[in-house]
Amino acid sequence: MLGPFDYVVWCLGFFAEVYVVVWALKHRIFSRYLTLNLYMLSAALVTVGEFFIMRWYGFTSIQYKYFYYYTDCLTTVLLYFAVMGLYGHVFREMGASKHVRRATVLLLFITACFSYVVVARNQHNLTNRFVLELAQNLYFVGVVLSYLLWAAVMKLRETRVRLIQLVLALGIYFSAFAATYALRNLFPGFGLLKVVPPLVATWLPLAWAYTFTRIPEEARLATAHLVARPR
Amino acid sequence: MIAVLIFVMTFAALLQFCVFYCRSLIAAYRKVELSDQVREVTGIESEIVGGDEFDRLVQLVHLCPQRNDEGMGIQAVGAYYHLLNVLRGALRPVAPGLAGWAERERQNCSYFAAVALDRRIAYSRDLLEQQMADHA
Repeated sequence: MLGPFDYVVWCLGFFAEVYVVVWALKHRIFSRYLTLNLYMLSAALVTVGEFFIMRWYGFTSIQYKYFYYYTDCLTTVLLYFAVMGLYGHVFREMGASKHVRRATVLLLFITACFSYVVVARNQHNLTNRFVLELAQNLYFVGVVLSYLLWAAVMKLRETRVRLIQLVLALGIYFSAFAATYALRNLFPGFGLLKVVPPLVATWLPLAWAYTFTRIPEEARLATAHLVARPR
Repeated sequence: MIAVLIFVMTFAALLQFCVFYCRSLIAAYRKVELSDQVREVTGIESEIVGGDEFDRLVQLVHLCPQRNDEGMGIQAVGAYYHLLNVLRGALRPVAPGLAGWAERERQNCSYFAAVALDRRIAYSRDLLEQQMADHA
């Protein structure tokens, strides 16, 4: 049964997702950050879907569990495209957008093959544990992608504050989720870990809403200032 | 075994991303000059704001009417500040250089809070002026 805290976290995430999309439309940057906004839009739609599934079948129903975990996997794959969109922004000045597009198609193909093989091997065993393992692996790929992106940002001395904060927020989101799912995989009976994913899920829309609202597109920052150097 | 490995690697990445994120928030505020008004209110005279001032400044920030869009930044930097407190306490006996770095970071967090307070005061003043104009 969900309590007031769960509903508050849920609503906060949903409104932040809608806010990002509406803000982007209002300020005419929807197409500039197309993949990010499409992810936010789909995440908001999934939240609405979760709400109706919960109302019809109940929070502890198998239908809700399946809907939650499988839409989670699908939106994670969609988030890979948001990462690739950010790669496109970082490499735009190098004229490498064609390579980024090719890499995106390759990534989609590899992810589809990987998912097909995993599901085909486990089709008689689609248990909670399997879903946790799949989510853990998908989020781990996300961590690797965002880490490489962050390395590119540092290497190319990217100065756009908005882009830097979008990338870092994404890195926090992926790594927090991957760490949580790994822990849940290690300690399946530890109930407290079930509280963490909804909290982490609100992080990304809130952080992106903050970045779009507070950081102007023209704000610049030397990435050297971000590297901690004890004297 | 794979889950343990993934946990260790992702937790290390999480810490790194969090530190970089908070530093990016602070660096964006570091460019802002403090106004005379906030210096008068807080008693800050030099360019460097003491690391121990953070909690007092955040309390003052919370006394002002809230702007809709900056609470999350203060929360994130607050969490970073508390992490730095733990680090500074733990590192002082074993690595004084790192403890010194943690202290400078705490000062930057306090500067961030001072700028946030400055913005809130300016926002409150605007609100008051707006209300007075509405009544006139």
